[in-house]
Parts: sequence; structure tokens; C-alpha cells
Amino acid sequence: MIKVTENQQSAQFQLSAEGTAKVKSELTRYEDKMSAIIPALYIAQNENRGYISESVIKHLSQIMDIPESRINEVFKFYTMFNQKPVGRYHVQVCGTLSCHINGAPDLIDHLCKELKVKKDQITEDGKYTVSRVECLGSCGTAPMMQVNEVYYENLTKESAMNILRGLK
Amino acid sequence: METKLLSEFYHIDEYRGLAGYKAKGGYDVLAKALKMAPQAIIDEVKASGLRGRGGAGFSTGTKWSFLPKNNEPRYLLCNADEGEPGTFKDRMMMERAPHQLIEGMIISAFAIGSKKSYIYVRGEYFYAIGVLRKALEEAYAAGLLGKNILGSGFDHDMDVYSGAGAYICGEETGMISSLEGLKGQPKLKPPFPAVQGYLRKPTIVNNVETLAAVIPIIRDGAAAYKKFGTEKSTGTKFFSLSGNVNKPGNYEVPLGYSLKDMIFKLGGGLKPGRKLKAVIPGGSSAPVLTAEEAERATLDYECMAQMGTMLGSGAIIVIDDANCMVDCLGNLTHFYHHESCGQCTPCREGTGWLDKIVHSILSGKGRLADIDLLVKVADNMKGRTICALSDAAALPVLSFVQKFRPEFEYFVREGRSQVTGKTKEAVHGEMHH
Repeated sequence: MIKVTENQQSAQFQLSAEGTAKVKSELTRYEDKMSAIIPALYIAQNENRGYISESVIKHLSQIMDIPESRINEVFKFYTMFNQKPVGRYHVQVCGTLSCHINGAPDLIDHLCKELKVKKDQITEDGKYTVSRVECLGSCGTAPMMQVNEVYYENLTKESAMNILRGLK
Repeated sequence: METKLLSEFYHIDEYRGLAGYKAKGGYDVLAKALKMAPQAIIDEVKASGLRGRGGAGFSTGTKWSFLPKNNEPRYLLCNADEGEPGTFKDRMMMERAPHQLIEGMIISAFAIGSKKSYIYVRGEYFYAIGVLRKALEEAYAAGLLGKNILGSGFDHDMDVYSGAGAYICGEETGMISSLEGLKGQPKLKPPFPAVQGYLRKPTIVNNVETLAAVIPIIRDGAAAYKKFGTEKSTGTKFFSLSGNVNKPGNYEVPLGYSLKDMIFKLGGGLKPGRKLKAVIPGGSSAPVLTAEEAERATLDYECMAQMGTMLGSGAIIVIDDANCMVDCLGNLTHFYHHESCGQCTPCREGTGWLDKIVHSILSGKGRLADIDLLVKVADNMKGRTICALSDAAALPVLSFVQKFRPEFEYFVREGRSQVTGKTKEAVHGEMHH
């Protein structure tokens, strides 16, 4: 298991020039500037190994001119913003009812066992985190998983492992 | 047989693009609508009997008519935050026919006099969001959005907004909070969004399927639309069929269709040797039906209400006899506990207690009194909160316990499942809920 403390990873998080430009354009895109908080958190998370740290909030607050507390409450409310680091591939297996009765619990156990990792932890090589998440709206193709932005459906234990092993 | 009023061309890949959509008559109805009086469109939608397809089943035309009759700016919000467990129809609609949604939205926006709309899509739907963004670009390039649409003098801008993982944002005022850059917590009603919504301006929130259904209504007229369905449940609807069924998927049928046919004909029935045990007919918040009830149910608002449940989003979850109902309920109580926004005490605390009690039973440590305690807690969660999530968490508990009580009693008495013979820990190495 890799142990990463927040401070080691991103003591002074700064968006890239491109990321900054994106955040700035989100600020004027909607009817109200506050609507840019969620898009900005996505942009920052992508540039910070898949999670939001305190220093990310600080930086966003500065460039968006929005209080840290406002950004922080939004960050903490939504599950797609990670509060701690995740592997390069965040494997999110849907565990809600239709998937649950179609083998999701076994699938999660299997992936954790094969990858030698506990739920929500990062594998030794930093590559994977396996999480159980709530309904992903793919109930007709259960069981399924979302790996970063991509859905993989109608899985078996074997096909899921093959997909994960195939990721660079 | 399906009745493909909306999904006729969903199998064609090119239908996702503007050219392919136009080749099948796409945006013809928009051209027709832009020549109509806006009020005539609202009247037609009202006359069609169209009811909201996201879950609540409220009359769409009536909702629109709650808007103030003045020139105050107003917003149209498309609710694409599909999160009700069992529901996956909106994702399919957006992925296969993004222009259909856009066309339905422009027509609706014109009818209600809105110059700006957002499609609020749940964040996990990255692919659908990409498809929509591309379709919006195409629509702008073709003069279907922006200034003076098709030379009509009507201006309209549309954008896609991505949520970030919160079931509660599917509740219309929760969605408005989220779009405003807040926690997605619902707001007290009244005022209803039609009067005071996004940024305190009048706002109409409609589901993806509702907005798309406006197209056939305006194309063929309300009378033609009402030929599908029943007297009070008009038109066709997508049903998302999942669970223990051979051919899960989205099926478009007229309302009033037999639930039994949905499962055994369109859905191809159950695995060999399995028997139907229970059906959740309208998304996980809908009270569960026994097999016997399910076999005589029809998929319309009235029949579902008569049976003490609801049509909801049209998500049918089929449960066969290999499943333990206590375990299934534990899955749902966990979901609602996870998704409660924490704003109202009965919901924040109640969902937690429901989940704890069911999992205590599942671990083999339950007491008989826990079963009545579940009912008591659930009863106290109904009708006491800002939004319907609390009720949505209570209803499955009440119906599962009422209809499958012997299974709960067996679990408590024997300390293991009547169906699987196991406790939760013994089934899996760790608690997955």
C-alpha cells in the first residue's frame, strides 16, 4: 500500500496555464460565477492526481476570488471529488441493487484480491484504486464498473480483470 | 411489442449526428413550432396529458402554466441527473439521440419564453456529456441555437452542466442549488421553481424523456398522442428493466402495458428454474410488489397508485427467488443513508438508523423488536422533510417488511437468511452492504 500524505504530494498546488485559462473561462460561462465551482474542481482534480487537497482549495479560492469555505463545502458534498489520493485508474464498481443481485459483491472482492488491495486504497504500483459506488445508471448491463471516465458493462470477474490488466 | 414513438431511429448510428437526425425528419417539428403561438404549444402539451417522466408524474403543461405571465427572464432546466437506482433510460436517450433532446428543449423553451437553458447531467455520464456537447456545437453551427433561430426572431442559448455525484440533485430544487454552485440541498417549497427557481428567477425543470416527448405531441397533435396509453396515463414511456431478467434493457411501450409481459415477453423471463419473487416497479423508491401483485399490474400511474406503489421513473427491478429480501433491503437502506443530503433531521438520522437496524439483522444479531422498530422509524420519516428523499427511503422499508415479514422474522430467529442460509459477513469477507 502506498502511503501518501497530502502535504508531500501537493504542498503548493498550482494549476497549469491551460487549467487556469479553463477555470477563468468557466467563471464567465454561466449566469452566475458561483456555478463555476464544480467545473473548477473537476479541472483541478484532473491536475492533482485525482483528488482535491487543501492547497487545491486555497489555489482555486485565489484565482476565482471565491472564499475557501464556499469551495470547500461544495467539494465535500459531491462524491466525485476525492478527498484523498486514488490510483491512476479509479475502478468504481456499482454496488446498488440491480448490480448487487447480479454479482457486484463478488466482483468487488475478486478485484481487491487479484490486485492485492483493500477497498479505497491504492495498489503498491500506484496504478489502481477499487471502490464500491452507488448506482451509476447502468443497471441493465450489470455488473459494471467505471474506470476513470469510461463505463465497462456486462462484466464477469475474468473480463473485468482482463480490462484492468490491459490498461497501460 | 414495443411502440417506438421516440425510439424509432435509435438503432441508427448516424441518428446521433445532426445530418442523420435531420434525414429522419429531425428539427422539422421545431420549424413547425416556431410558427405557432407559444400559448398554443403549451395548450397542446396540456391537452396531451403528458406527465413528467422523471418520477413525480406531474402534468407537464400544468407545470409550464405556473410560470408568471410577464416578461421576466426564465430558465429551462433539463433534469438529466438520472440517479434513481434501476433507471438508465435518459443516458440511452442522450447517447443515441442528443438532437432529439435539444429539439424538444428548444420547442419547450420557445413555448415558455425562455432564452437560456441548461442540461444538468449527472457527472458520471462523461460519455453522454461529450455526445451532448458535440451535438450542441452542431446545432449552433446550423443556426438551430443562438440568435434568431431558423429566422423566427426567437433567441435561445443552451449549455450542458455536469453534476458531481449526488442523487439528491435529481430533486428539482436540489438541482437548482447545485447549478447555483451550492451543495445540492433541496429548497423549501413554495415558492415552486416556476415562480422562483434558478437564481430566484422562474425556472421550469423537466426530465429528458418529458422534453423529448414534446416533439411527437407537437408533430401529430395532442389527440394523436393520447391514442397511446390509458385515459389518465397517456403516451408511451421508456421502462428500464433490470435485475434477474434474461433480456434487461430499455423498452418503449404505451402506458398501461402489462408488467407481466414486460418481464416475461420483452424481458425474456427469468433464468431457468428461478421463480419471480418481487418487483420494484418504479425505481428503488417505489414500494415493492410481490410476484402475485406484479403479475396483474399494468404500467400506468393509476394502477401503480391503486397498488400502493408508483410508476416513478419507470425503472423495473426484477428480483427472483434466489435473493434474500432482507439483503436487498439492506442494499437500499445503505443507498439512502449514503445519499441523504443531511439537511433535515428525520432523513439524516432516520436513514442512518434504518441502515443500522437492517444491517444488525443481516449480521445475525437482530432482535424481533427490530422489525417493528424499522416500521416505527420509517413511519416517522414520512412527510416531515423538505424533499421526498426521506419518504423514498421509508417506503421500501415499509413495503419490504409488510410483504416479506416472515423472511425478516426468520433471519432474526435463526440468525441467518432463509434463502441463502448465510449472514452478511459469511457471504462476503467484508461488509459490502
